[in-house]
Amino acid sequence: MSMAGGWWLVRNAECCRRPGVLAAGLTAALPAPAANLLAAVTSPQAAATSPPGNTGHFLLATVYILLIFAGISVGVIVMNWVERKVLAHMQVRLGPMRVGPHGLLQPIADALKLLLKEDLVPQGADHLVFWLAPVVVVVAAFSAFTAIPFGPTAAVSDLNIGVLFVLAVASLGVLGIIFAGWSSNSHYPLLGALRAGAQMVSYEITIGLAVVAVLLHTGTLSMQGIVRAQIDHQQWLLFREPVAFGLFAVAMVAETNRSPFDLPEAESELVAGYHAEYSGFRWSLFMLGEYAGMMLVSAVAVTLWLGGWTRPFPNVHAAGLDALFSFVPAACFLLLAGMALRAAWKMPGHRRWRVQRDGLAVFGSLLLGLGLLLAVPPMRTACQNVFWFVLKVAVFQYLFIWYRATFPRYRYDQLLRIGWRILIPTALANLVLSATLTALRP
Amino acid sequence: MSHRTTPDPLRGGPMTAPAPGESHLDSSEMILNMGPQHPSTHGVLRVVLKLDGERVVDAECVIGYLHRGVEKIGEHRTYMQFNPYVDRMDYVSAVSNGLGYCEAVEKLQGVVAPPRAQVVRVMLAELNRISSHIVWLGTHALDIGAMTPVFYSFREREEILKIFEKYCGARLTTHAFRIGGLQWDLYDGFESDLRRFCQTFPARVDEYETLLTENRIWRERTVGVGRLDATTCKALGVTGPVLRAAGVAWDLRKAQPYSGYEKYAFEIPVGENGDTYDRYRVRLQEMRQSCRIIAQAVDGIPDGPILARIPKVFKPPVGEVYHSIEAPKGELGFYIVSDGSLQPYRLRVRPPSFVNLQALRGMVRGALVADVVAIIGSIDIVLGEVDR
Amino acid sequence: MASAPWEDAFTAALRDQFGSHILNSELYREQKLLHVDRLSVGDVLRALHRAGFDYLVDVTAVHWPKRERPFDLIWILYSYADNRRVRVRAEYPEGDEVASATPFWPGANWLEREVFDMFGIRFSGHPDLRRILLPEDWTGHPLRKDYPILQQDQAWVQLHLGIERGQ
Repeated sequence: MSMAGGWWLVRNAECCRRPGVLAAGLTAALPAPAANLLAAVTSPQAAATSPPGNTGHFLLATVYILLIFAGISVGVIVMNWVERKVLAHMQVRLGPMRVGPHGLLQPIADALKLLLKEDLVPQGADHLVFWLAPVVVVVAAFSAFTAIPFGPTAAVSDLNIGVLFVLAVASLGVLGIIFAGWSSNSHYPLLGALRAGAQMVSYEITIGLAVVAVLLHTGTLSMQGIVRAQIDHQQWLLFREPVAFGLFAVAMVAETNRSPFDLPEAESELVAGYHAEYSGFRWSLFMLGEYAGMMLVSAVAVTLWLGGWTRPFPNVHAAGLDALFSFVPAACFLLLAGMALRAAWKMPGHRRWRVQRDGLAVFGSLLLGLGLLLAVPPMRTACQNVFWFVLKVAVFQYLFIWYRATFPRYRYDQLLRIGWRILIPTALANLVLSATLTALRP
Repeated sequence: MSHRTTPDPLRGGPMTAPAPGESHLDSSEMILNMGPQHPSTHGVLRVVLKLDGERVVDAECVIGYLHRGVEKIGEHRTYMQFNPYVDRMDYVSAVSNGLGYCEAVEKLQGVVAPPRAQVVRVMLAELNRISSHIVWLGTHALDIGAMTPVFYSFREREEILKIFEKYCGARLTTHAFRIGGLQWDLYDGFESDLRRFCQTFPARVDEYETLLTENRIWRERTVGVGRLDATTCKALGVTGPVLRAAGVAWDLRKAQPYSGYEKYAFEIPVGENGDTYDRYRVRLQEMRQSCRIIAQAVDGIPDGPILARIPKVFKPPVGEVYHSIEAPKGELGFYIVSDGSLQPYRLRVRPPSFVNLQALRGMVRGALVADVVAIIGSIDIVLGEVDR
Repeated sequence: MASAPWEDAFTAALRDQFGSHILNSELYREQKLLHVDRLSVGDVLRALHRAGFDYLVDVTAVHWPKRERPFDLIWILYSYADNRRVRVRAEYPEGDEVASATPFWPGANWLEREVFDMFGIRFSGHPDLRRILLPEDWTGHPLRKDYPILQQDQAWVQLHLGIERGQ
């Protein structure tokens, strides 16, 4: 038994508080990743108490990372479709209707088209930076998700500086945008990048101050810890820090360059802003980063103010309420499945509609399967945390779409004026007030 | 906005740009070429902006990308043949162009359209004013970043275009009128179509107002932006809603009525500050007033002929006239010189968009890039008419 | 219908001021037209501006190639206060410079540029006399009667549009 092996033994034993000499010896003899996997398999309760990143389960962490990557990508695709449909229906039109039933395959068709498009690099562009910019945007948006707790264990890692990590990594995205604007060697992207720089940096201050107000109540920077604090308080922090939440809700729209703060890519002014010179796959990376960024800030808002993964009314423990809520995810999927299947059933019988009808039926069956799977008791408890988290994030996504359909765009100077003259002073005042109240509270 | 300079809006002269070869590195000014391919220059307008950061130091319009030589074509077509060409100038208000041209030629010939034709002309021209303003509203809101009004407004425009289509078979370049009156009489159900439109439309305008008028962002983006006072408007020859927004209640339909406009009761909406917001308010009110005119006209369509007696071989006597109407964009005039032949000897169009666009330079100086877009939108130009 | 003479207090005052430089004043289709000697156009325009014609509707020209003085310049003026229009016409020989109306009506800027672009008539005192609708390096002035309708600046088209035939 090597020294390293012994160390692993000790660590595993400590971390997992797991007896069992045989398993421990076996684990110690194996190389670390395999040992971790084994530990995860042999002791499910060990993996169930904290995220794999904290327990040294590197393989499981990798699996989670891949799951999150896939999940966010699917989320972006879904968001793309939902945004187009919701916007369309708000604007008295139908939106995509041709590719697949009700345009369900439209995002895939779009992605394919973008992949096949010519990759243009403008003359005189800085090739390396031009190449790097979309990568930075995507990497920044995605890597911040490693600290987001989708559930008590459904996270890659529970960093003790989780909030700082998320804010820091997410704010790297602006670098990508500035890279893009600068390297394009073109005026409109440059202006867009300058706007983005000023805007995102200004609004980050508000975000930071709003977050600090939350931290006063939680006493921890860990994302998990913040949710646990809300469980302990038996209250979402939204009710303790409503002003901070409001500030964050405004600043996060500006931070993600969404309407009404979409100045860096203001189509009617700067053509497309910082990504005016991008085409095809690079452009789609920007879009991917933007939508992932929207989900990220929403996830942060949900974690900090809306109780994270907890179900609605987490403080009410009436008999049967837990069981009732645990059926909601399955019910949602079954409802969607029912809608899809009904639509497939009601489709005209003509041969022309066969592909559409069959496609919708397959889609409905998929949802039905998912719904049934979620109704199975172990899955029911395992998945409902993630479900509630995703549902809360989805509400924010809907708000993003709603804003876009409703508001005109702010002007550059007005945006900065709001940021510096209204949001930051309010955030500071709120912080001082909260701190005072917290200090006075016994 | 105290930090804004108030430059002389009347200043002409070439824009001073850095000489070629001169280093731009030590200069804080940047030349930005907005257009001719830009989503918010409403066609092929090109504005060369000299920027200090995002602030516009100077601007210059470069036009002519859509120049087709309409006036030259006019000299080589008979009076009748030229009639469809005018639809292609201000293509969102083709009916008004047709009205202006037909009336000018009728004046040259010395004939007057029969009363029934005049009433129909008024109704169609007012419908067209609404559809033109509606296109303006949607695109202008889109320029300022409000995405939704454009779809609402195109829904109403569709109703108007359907009426046009039922009447004359075309939606956009209608060629609705003939010299001396109309080619077609009204279709069955025209009156009920118009009545239904007049009943529903004011509520639709209310809907636009709900979206925009009191919207905080909309007000911040438009109030005080692109201000043009009455004196400057008059000096630059600016007409139409831009002039009325500056507080001048001048409308050719009232000042020098044509086609029987004196018979209808309507008001001239005016603004106070002459800014982008007032132009918006004025145009919305004009839509309501147009609706009012249509409602009056539809109740009093006289019977009778629709075409005056004009010779088959149409040769107006030697002479010259200038006749102008209140098009949706402003004063649209036709100056026609006849040498007694089949074709006009000289056909000059006085386009409102072209003259109004001149005011852009004074308005954008000292504004921000985002304002440029709002101001271009607020003038309501159609490049087909600017360039002809 | 022939034109009728236009005589009222307004024309009388103008005749008092400019004498024989007001060549003719007539009414045609109820529209007022002043025919002015080209030498005093600037003064007449200034007088009209002072008399309340605060809106220059249009400036345009007509080409009569067979005449001794082939260009008619037309100013269409309007007075907001009195709600009346008047047209001023003057004849110019080839190559003569026309006094710019921009000092009185800044809006004449583009209108005069268009006249220069289309007819090649130069305006003295204009702040920025360049072509406006046609490209800067275009040759020819299309609204002249000796410019056929199908004519293009073939060299320009070949150079800038790459169309070999030049059309």
